[in-house]
Amino acid sequence: MSGLLQEMTAKALKLNIPLNVQLDLTYRCNERCVHCYLDHHDHGEMSTAEITHLLDEMADAGVFILTLSGGEIFLRKDFFEILEHARRLMFCVKLKTNAVLIREKEAARLRGLGIESIQISIYSHRPEVHDAITLVPGSLKRSVEAIRFLKSQGLKVIIANVLMIQNMQDYQGVRALAADLGVECTLDPTVTPMMDGDRSVLGLNVDPSSLRQVFRDASLVGDVDEFCAIPAPAGEDELNSTPCSAGHTACYVSPYGDVFPCVQFPLPTGNVRKQRFVDIWRDSDEMNDVRSIRLKDLPTCSSCSHVGSCTRCPGLAYMEGNMRGPSSQDCEKSFARTGIPSANMLAKKPASAKLVQIRSQPTPATVSASAAIA
Amino acid sequence: MSRLYLARNPRVAARSLDGEMMIMSGRDSTLFTLNKTATILWQSADGATPLDEIVEQRICAEFEVEPAEALQDAETLARELATHEILEVSEQPIVERRASGDSR
Repeated sequence: MSGLLQEMTAKALKLNIPLNVQLDLTYRCNERCVHCYLDHHDHGEMSTAEITHLLDEMADAGVFILTLSGGEIFLRKDFFEILEHARRLMFCVKLKTNAVLIREKEAARLRGLGIESIQISIYSHRPEVHDAITLVPGSLKRSVEAIRFLKSQGLKVIIANVLMIQNMQDYQGVRALAADLGVECTLDPTVTPMMDGDRSVLGLNVDPSSLRQVFRDASLVGDVDEFCAIPAPAGEDELNSTPCSAGHTACYVSPYGDVFPCVQFPLPTGNVRKQRFVDIWRDSDEMNDVRSIRLKDLPTCSSCSHVGSCTRCPGLAYMEGNMRGPSSQDCEKSFARTGIPSANMLAKKPASAKLVQIRSQPTPATVSASAAIA
Repeated sequence: MSRLYLARNPRVAARSLDGEMMIMSGRDSTLFTLNKTATILWQSADGATPLDEIVEQRICAEFEVEPAEALQDAETLARELATHEILEVSEQPIVERRASGDSR
């Protein structure tokens, strides 16, 4: 984040402005990614009029960065109508898509609308791996072609690569593909639970030794010694800080109008079909509860040696049962990075049988201390 | 002296935060913030109102400043914003706008 954006974010935090919103336009999708956290059936998406009205409300509330995502956004027949409305309101618009439906014509329209960036999911440089994750034959070819169309229009494209068991060996190939295409590439080693709480997809997460390998790859993390350093003790300022931007300067709105602190934090706070967006943002008890949390208030994490450097996600913690509790996936990441178990991991560790028991009993002078070890 | 007209570039992103405009360049995503005077220029840049009228009616009315000096400063500022493709500056009214430039 640039210094100026940090400054603006700090100002928005002070003024309670939702600077950054992700709006999912649909959960329908033309891919069936094996790790996806969504139910793709349409349970009553907002209409065009409802969405444009919501965008008006968001602009009035001060939202600046608007991420349109899904599902697959291009499945909405009114997608460009919505996008045009968003740009008339001068949002900084970012798109998330698989790009399968983007051809030259769509790329040119996007260029004309002045969007900030387009994030496209690519899981592997090899079709047999990427297509086996999306479950759509030919999807890698289509997505890569779309990237070329978008690049030829001068648009900023970011490849997003979610790392899981199936594509663990391919991330360098994806990075090389990104370099060849002249686009940025991000890597996320976190598969998240489904929004309905189903955790079965977590089995796709890479194993701890692979995670350690990723965190020690200098081409990804830069200075490995610094990235994997033993965490410094948290200071007073860190303990008084907020866990992340969810509910503070950012939130998420589903295709059905439900407002959550974040896409990864499915705590219902209100619905824009029943209330004004700004009223939910400012007055929802749940949103204010999220806002009240400081690191020092977290029962387990506040005493953890990683508290100052952990990527703890309060949404993942919520999905584990307690938004003030630990997020086990982030505990595992902190451990993979530093080799130091988190407070949560230590607390969960089964009480080990005592290997050494020194009994206080009279022993003959000739018996050494070691003999007293049972 | 010819009159100048200003228009917001519809390719930028913009939002007012506590009275100051945040503007993100459509060219390279560089973020700018405009001070109060520049924010007035931005908000008044409708392509139809000449700069001297904006200065007289909006800037001199709000700040204690000499009109001639204010106009010179405003023109310098407008041309600087034009180099970043935030504003368009023309000696003719700028009527063809693709976006409304609703700068809330």
